[in-house]
Amino acid sequence: MGATGSAVSRVPGADEIQKETGFSSAHIYRLYDRFQVLDKDDNGVLSRRDLQSIGELAVNPLGDRIIDAFFPNGVETIDFRSFVRILAHFRPTEENRQREPNASEPLNSRNSKLKFAFQLYDQDKDGKISRAELLQVLRMMVGVEVTDEQLESIADRTIQEADLDGDGTISFEEFKKSLEKVNIEQKMSIRFLR
Amino acid sequence: MERALSILYFVVLLNATLAGASDSSKPDGHGSDSSGGHNSHDSGHGEGHSPDGLQIVSFKWHHVEAPYIIAVWILVASLAKIVFHMSHKVTNVVPESALLIFLGLLLGGVVWGADHSASFTLTPTIFFFYLLPPIVLDAGYFMPNRLFFGNLGTILMYAVIGTVWNAALTGLSLYGVFLTGIMGPLQAGLLDFLLFGSLIAAVDPVAVLAVFEEVHVNDVLFIIVFGESLLNDAVTVVLYNVFDSFVAIGGENVTGVDCVKGIVSFFVVSIGGTLIGIIFALLLSFVTRFTKHVRIIEPGFVFIISYLSYLTSEMLSLSAILAITFAGVCCQKYVNANINEQSVTTVRYTMKMLASGSETIVFMFLGISAVDPNIWTWNTAFILLTLVFISVYRVIGVVIQTWLLNRYRMVQLEIIDQVVMSYGGLRGAVAFALVALLDPEKVKERNLFVSTTIIVVYFTVIFQGLTIKPLVSWLKVKRSEHRDPLLNEKLHGRAFDHILSAIEDISGQIGHNYMRDKWAKFERRFLSKLLMRRSAQKSRDQILNVFHELNIKDAISYVAEGERRGSLAFIRSASTDQLVNVDFSTQRPSIVDASVSALLRGNPSSVCLDMQAIEEKRKSVRDKEDTLSHHVLQQYLYKPRHQTRHKYSRHAITPNTEDNKQEKEIFRRTMKKRLESFKSTKLGVNYSKKSIKNYKKDSGRCKKKKKSVALLNGRISWGIDNPTFISDENVMVRPAIPPWLSNEDTVVPSQRARVQIPWSPNNFRRLTPLRLSTRSVDSFQMADGPVPEHPRMTLPEGTHL
Repeated sequence: MGATGSAVSRVPGADEIQKETGFSSAHIYRLYDRFQVLDKDDNGVLSRRDLQSIGELAVNPLGDRIIDAFFPNGVETIDFRSFVRILAHFRPTEENRQREPNASEPLNSRNSKLKFAFQLYDQDKDGKISRAELLQVLRMMVGVEVTDEQLESIADRTIQEADLDGDGTISFEEFKKSLEKVNIEQKMSIRFLR
Repeated sequence: MERALSILYFVVLLNATLAGASDSSKPDGHGSDSSGGHNSHDSGHGEGHSPDGLQIVSFKWHHVEAPYIIAVWILVASLAKIVFHMSHKVTNVVPESALLIFLGLLLGGVVWGADHSASFTLTPTIFFFYLLPPIVLDAGYFMPNRLFFGNLGTILMYAVIGTVWNAALTGLSLYGVFLTGIMGPLQAGLLDFLLFGSLIAAVDPVAVLAVFEEVHVNDVLFIIVFGESLLNDAVTVVLYNVFDSFVAIGGENVTGVDCVKGIVSFFVVSIGGTLIGIIFALLLSFVTRFTKHVRIIEPGFVFIISYLSYLTSEMLSLSAILAITFAGVCCQKYVNANINEQSVTTVRYTMKMLASGSETIVFMFLGISAVDPNIWTWNTAFILLTLVFISVYRVIGVVIQTWLLNRYRMVQLEIIDQVVMSYGGLRGAVAFALVALLDPEKVKERNLFVSTTIIVVYFTVIFQGLTIKPLVSWLKVKRSEHRDPLLNEKLHGRAFDHILSAIEDISGQIGHNYMRDKWAKFERRFLSKLLMRRSAQKSRDQILNVFHELNIKDAISYVAEGERRGSLAFIRSASTDQLVNVDFSTQRPSIVDASVSALLRGNPSSVCLDMQAIEEKRKSVRDKEDTLSHHVLQQYLYKPRHQTRHKYSRHAITPNTEDNKQEKEIFRRTMKKRLESFKSTKLGVNYSKKSIKNYKKDSGRCKKKKKSVALLNGRISWGIDNPTFISDENVMVRPAIPPWLSNEDTVVPSQRARVQIPWSPNNFRRLTPLRLSTRSVDSFQMADGPVPEHPRMTLPEGTHL
């Protein structure tokens, strides 16, 4: 795409977005393109309905939760910057990058990715995944044949495994610890967003 | 096992008798025919004076010989498949193709023993005209288009450049070695070697499919190897024909012009073949647009027209495989949209049956044809070197091309992918058929080539087929830790997969957007209008929009009703205990009876029947409950899209229905949740005028959109007395109660919603995203009564825009 130079300037706030998220200008341009495709009524913001109209999300068990993640704090619409900021969580992690000591944590670090996932579970935003919240997620991810008792037993075991301070809920630190052997960088990265 | 053995005996016996019968009846067949005819003629005339009198029953072998033999061979092949699949242990290790070759060798030996002549061989005519087209059509028809075209550049590079590289190098190196004299005296020149190189270099689609199906590699890798095997046919055809004619002309008379002509012919052959395929695909799609009244023979069109594309291309000496592949690739979408449900199923099953059957016969005959001492010529150096060269050059070719391609590809190809690609470059029946086509007059060493080809094919199919699975699992295991994952890891890992799929969908396939969007626009504006039935077009991806429209309308009608009644008398029934809104906030004591017997009592089918595994696990650290939790998760967690996506399978169609089930469940849940959250947010107890204003804005926008969407045939009406919202000809009879709301009475859907909420489609794969059926005789239909009466309601003016 040779014309990206002039095209990127069309994207509002491209420079700040680039600094904040780390996307290259080519990627920002393409994401903007996608944003415009999704934005059906062309008013520069995405509503829940725009995201809901993506067919594949309707058959994704966590689809609605993820759509909710795009609209934090009950906002009705998001602009391009917020859109890109959330997608930036899924950039592949760069190893051994030089970072200024005062800079805030990059959006695509392992910690940020885990925090994003944690927020999907933690609906009431109290910083802990309670048994009820875990059960809700489990219910969404599992077939209809599984009975509630089975689910509860699974949820109990899961909490038991991860809960280190014995309060019956999973805090973010416990969440992180239980996943320390999992290759988050690979599991939560989309390569073409490099 | 005894049953297997007895079937085997029967099969072998049958063959021996066949061989004997066909042979013995040959010389005197003619005689018996005429005498038989004479007999009846005589007896017809009057009182037959022939010594036998009227024959009540006669053994008319000759009458049925040809079709009988064909039918028996097909029967033998199919019986063999049954026998093989009786033993799971064997089929897990040995690929079916290898087993079939062994069987073929065995049967060939029997035939040879009975007959001392090779009566049955895989003749090129039969192979190219009858056995290969169904296989390739099946491949094209079920080709995952998005994946295919997304990786088309890579596939083309491997197919064209890779094959040319392989052919040239193999031929030249063999020639070089020949010049050194190791191979002994052979009557072959450079051109013969190049010809041989060209036909042995091509990766074979039949073999690749047969083996890769057992190996389960990831989508991208599969499509690259598979696509390569299909598309390299053009190269093979060109090279083969070019060198064949060069050999005929004689090496000395080849001029530069001929070489240039060769290169030009490559482009002509490939592009021409593709065009023919596309033309026939368009023809097929167009025809199926009008077959609404001849639904019984609809499936026939698919096969006939595709086969014609193959034959036409063959007639014009273009690439026939390319033609039929692209015919399948291009017609799938429109054919699936146009023809009705049962026809789609019929087409799929028939295609799979033909393809699977052909493949079985091909491999079996590969075995049988080998048992023919007349063609056997052994030249150790030649054979060994051929094997070495094709393997080595393939590896080198793959590595170099991958390195080049990785600089331009979004998704990189890793080492393990390259290993699988090089190792999975199998040669198969196409090479054998091509070599059998060689004219022994022109190519003096034909027999040597045939023997070598047979050995190469056997080596790749049997040896490489046997070892590719262990190789892949060894490589994969080497790269990741082998450790039993914790419950947390399993659960969250799966959640991550889902999240990743969702984000991928939201962010779109970045990189190919421009072309794909352009194509999608063009396709929507012109092609779909021309090739799809009007009803299919309208319903194409309206379902989500429609649903939302209905939500809005329902919401408004609820508001109206609420205002009318003076209160919001919407009942949230006490049974809030349904799928999503389960109230888990109360801590139940965890004396959950998760024992096996409880599971058995409750739901026998959900128990993991692998009790042995459970028992074994007991010895490990976990206790029984833990194990059961793991088992339940393992079995019932929804699969993420990567795993359920187009697993191409020659031998099974069922994976789709399981995916469909999962998708249906998730879809129902999501829609129900959205519907309820929509209603609850908009119509909550603290509902205020503000929310009505939101409606107005929302419905205003919707109204504009509806104009462009033309849902209601141009009529925009808010009236509830509008029972049809998508139809041109048919009145839709909607199910009386939408499926996901049928068990609960939490939200009372409006009359119209009950009538009009679309039934979740049974088949999610056919169109993206979803399809709505407008056929009243489809299996979709659930209601058996007429549309119920709607109460006449007048909306307050406030909400009517």
